[in-house]
Amino acid sequence: MSTTRTENDGKARLDDMKQGVLGEPLPRIDGLAKVTGTARYAAEYPIDNCAEGVLVTSTITHGTVTRLDTQAALTMPGVIAVIDDSRLITRAVQGTAGEAPQQAPVTVCYWGQPIALVVAESFEQARDAAKRIHVEYDASPNPSLSPDDVTPEEQEDDTVSQGDLEQAMKDAAHSVDVRIATKGHASAAMEPHAAIADWDGEELTVHASLQMLNYNISELADALDIPEDKIRLIARFVGGGFGSKLGISPDVVAASLASIKLKRPVRVVLSRQQVFQCIMRRSETTQRLRLAATSEGKLIGFGHEALVSNLPGEEFCEPVLQSSHFMYRGENRELMLNLARIHRMTAGSVRAPGEAVGMPALEAAMDMLAEKSGVDPVQLRLMNIPDKDPENDLPFSSHKLAECLRQGADAFGWDAGPRKARQRREGEWWIGTGMASGARIHNTMESRTRVTLSADGTARVETDMTDIGTGTYTILAQMVAEMLGMDPAAVRVDIGDTRHPRGPGSGGSWGASSIGSAAFLACRAIREDLAARAGVAEEALDLRDGKVGGGRTLVDVLGGESLSHEGHYKPAKAQEEYTAAGFGAFFAQVRVNHFTGETRVDRMLGAFGFGRVLNRRTARSQFLGGLTWSIGTALTEALEFDPRDGHLVNCDLAEYHVPVHRDVPDLDVVLVEERDAIASPIEAKGIGELGMCGGAAAIGNAIYNACGARVLQFPITPDSVLASLPRDSCKLLREAGAMRGLA
Amino acid sequence: MQPFELVRAPSPSDAAQLTKDEHTRLIAGGTNLLDLMKLQVETPSRLADISRLDCAEITDTPDGGLRIGALVTNTATAVHPRVRQDYPVLARAILAGATQQLRNKATTGGNLCQRTRCFYFTKIDQPCNKRDPGSGCSAIEGVAKLHAVLGTSDQCIATYPGDMAVAMSALDAEVHIMKEDGTERSVPVRDFHLLPGDTPWRENELGRGEMITAVTLPPPVGGAHYYRKVRERSSYAFALVSVAAVIEIEGGVFTRADLAFGGLAHKPWFDPAIGAVLLGKAADDALFDEAADVLLQSARGFGENDFKIPLARRTLRAVLTQAVEDAA
Repeated sequence: MSTTRTENDGKARLDDMKQGVLGEPLPRIDGLAKVTGTARYAAEYPIDNCAEGVLVTSTITHGTVTRLDTQAALTMPGVIAVIDDSRLITRAVQGTAGEAPQQAPVTVCYWGQPIALVVAESFEQARDAAKRIHVEYDASPNPSLSPDDVTPEEQEDDTVSQGDLEQAMKDAAHSVDVRIATKGHASAAMEPHAAIADWDGEELTVHASLQMLNYNISELADALDIPEDKIRLIARFVGGGFGSKLGISPDVVAASLASIKLKRPVRVVLSRQQVFQCIMRRSETTQRLRLAATSEGKLIGFGHEALVSNLPGEEFCEPVLQSSHFMYRGENRELMLNLARIHRMTAGSVRAPGEAVGMPALEAAMDMLAEKSGVDPVQLRLMNIPDKDPENDLPFSSHKLAECLRQGADAFGWDAGPRKARQRREGEWWIGTGMASGARIHNTMESRTRVTLSADGTARVETDMTDIGTGTYTILAQMVAEMLGMDPAAVRVDIGDTRHPRGPGSGGSWGASSIGSAAFLACRAIREDLAARAGVAEEALDLRDGKVGGGRTLVDVLGGESLSHEGHYKPAKAQEEYTAAGFGAFFAQVRVNHFTGETRVDRMLGAFGFGRVLNRRTARSQFLGGLTWSIGTALTEALEFDPRDGHLVNCDLAEYHVPVHRDVPDLDVVLVEERDAIASPIEAKGIGELGMCGGAAAIGNAIYNACGARVLQFPITPDSVLASLPRDSCKLLREAGAMRGLA
Repeated sequence: MQPFELVRAPSPSDAAQLTKDEHTRLIAGGTNLLDLMKLQVETPSRLADISRLDCAEITDTPDGGLRIGALVTNTATAVHPRVRQDYPVLARAILAGATQQLRNKATTGGNLCQRTRCFYFTKIDQPCNKRDPGSGCSAIEGVAKLHAVLGTSDQCIATYPGDMAVAMSALDAEVHIMKEDGTERSVPVRDFHLLPGDTPWRENELGRGEMITAVTLPPPVGGAHYYRKVRERSSYAFALVSVAAVIEIEGGVFTRADLAFGGLAHKPWFDPAIGAVLLGKAADDALFDEAADVLLQSARGFGENDFKIPLARRTLRAVLTQAVEDAA
């Protein structure tokens, strides 16, 4: 049986259910398998006769491969083949592309681009042989490597020009006009990109580390030029994605081509350096913020421009302004996004594309406006929350920013009194606080999932949806258990397999609300069947602990039969009539070392409004992760590219600095629960990315409050703090008598 | 990684003998060597395993000092009661480096011999005089934020990345080296590492046919011990600047000031003139600056790492200020 349900009927049905497990902090149902090492990741499947492949990558930036001398490699022990098929992909696929990216790797567009695959009996043989392949190139002279080198392309969809911002800046009692730069980021997932492909002559089975199998199967079929129904993709466990596994990566296609050619299974695991150098970077940005305010601090003008970069031919453009369009009031508006075409590796989706770097820049500018206007930073945000989207007049589906600001300020102990930099010291350390607003657009995607209520009273949920560490397994079990009235332990969650109905994929924070809605709709259909059997209206069906209305058991009502329905969720048209986003507020206390400019975060709090909470534990975990990335964005993470050939120099986890435990203090999360019936049938919004959409500015603003260094770049490194310290800070410290003998 | 033969050296002198072959490397913890082999920065055809040799003990020396065997792990050194009591600068320096997992494997001898983390040294597709003599130095006009400001040459601006040796340099420890014929020689840690000059591939005094067997620390030096490591990430990051200091102040006057610096040069930087500025003088800001002037008199930045020069000055001030406070 199949049921198609695309829209909510407007009733908050989930709150009428009786089991009471949805929203509860259920531990992850896959947790034990993960911590005991029995959860299998892509490269870990024991497959007989599996050959090992290693990618050969380019050592020029731009040009053509004229000769691939494989002779030396092919005579090495264990080496089976060198695959230089023109179907190899040169870069990872952008999220939701659904088709192959640029193939034909003889054309080199960036340093480190995959150009061939060496296959050998052992991984070590393949890795060594890959280094012995002599490649001759016809290199193009002087490829553009820096965004400053080229004339950028304006992204017209993002351009907004309303009223007269220049005049508003002149008329303003207080204004800010500031340029802020952010460095590039890597997703830095723990599990490297990896695939095992097995062609049996009829069908290709690929175990891969991917976020969106529903798109990935189309991408792989397109790349290989074989029909989708000949392909099975499996990704039951994914060791982090953070955007880098939205689309298929070069390992997936290379392993598949090798398996088809060699008629045996082939495994390809990218090295850590290859993950960094040939998957995705978040573009660096340079941004200009213009804020014009009345004497009370009300915004009358709002300007946000950004310059980002990508390879020629790539459509993706870091959507820096995404939430700036609706974040604050201001009738005079200028927003513009520019894209520079340069020959650095592909730019794509990395952890909250857009807001992760756009919101911190905006919120740093807001802090400067707060200082200029003398308005408390929290108050300044509160007074500038728009009643409706300031650019298209759409209402908000729900809007909890004010509650997040108030509850967050309360929980943090925000001092709303007058603020002045350099007021508190402990020994060598300046102490300060800062805050920022946060926002992340909300999306849902079409999703299908099958839910089966078996005759024995247990349930099964099946979809190709992935769990990238976010908790999908667990919230699906909770959703089904809630709707069908059973212990979540009685729900088997079978996901990450393209043999199952197509889910939405994990990405863009739309996973839980989209697949959760599909599961909800499938369960609704099952409930209707059960209601008919029990002779009651579905609305009156009381399911709890495997019993119907506290009397007959489910097993009894089922009478030996199973009920199975496919839930099919399609985003409702009504969504287009609203602006939908998750909102939050960040608060941080930092200490900055007077001598060395080092910053350490003492404590940090985020308050978030994002619709229904499906699981308080995994929701909180998502925000803990977001706050941690906020610390990385604020203080440590930066991709560094060589100025001469554009290669990524800091390409491992030792030199690309994500925060370590010692950088992350006690974090506090306030969940401002709400119901957003527009956002999705289950009244939930996205959550995975919101925790890092603005948080870096709370830290940057706290650094300013602590020591008076207004650093107009992220990350804020010790050298940049020292360069921005007020020149008289030593003198001030001595006058304050803070420390003996202080220079 | 290229295929290699693995042999076990039966004794230190045998191990020393094996290194006569330029394609042989000794391996103990392997925390640096194996990474470099995977990248083919190191391509030995033979590894001689020395991990079971009898050099893994910490023992008292007759003069009251301490002998730390070459195979003692960093963790074992850092937690040793006498190290913690008499040489806390060493324990602190070791604990400021790497991660617990790496420290559990890394050894005294290996740590002294670890290679630079210069981005260009570790990429075999990029020119590097240290890895490929005569090919050029990519760092000088490249990404050089972590690079040296003292003792550089036009051939190489890499830094020595370790922490342990910086503390050993402040403590004036001795490196004991066994030769292939079974005889020993010793070299002060302060002289063990070399500046790059025209031979950046030569990083230390260890020659072919030699193996480090131990490091000895002098009798307890007293004083207050500091290891200050500056970095933007608070753990698992190499020093932008580090200072190891053994300081004694009596009556407001410096009576001991042994200072060594990390993150600034191709070796732990020790210059007796820096301490000499301080000795016998009353601590004040002007004096600290004078010491910093001596440290930095020949400093030269390469753009991205210019900040290390004022940062070194400020970090030295921080350590000396702290010492003065603690002595008060």
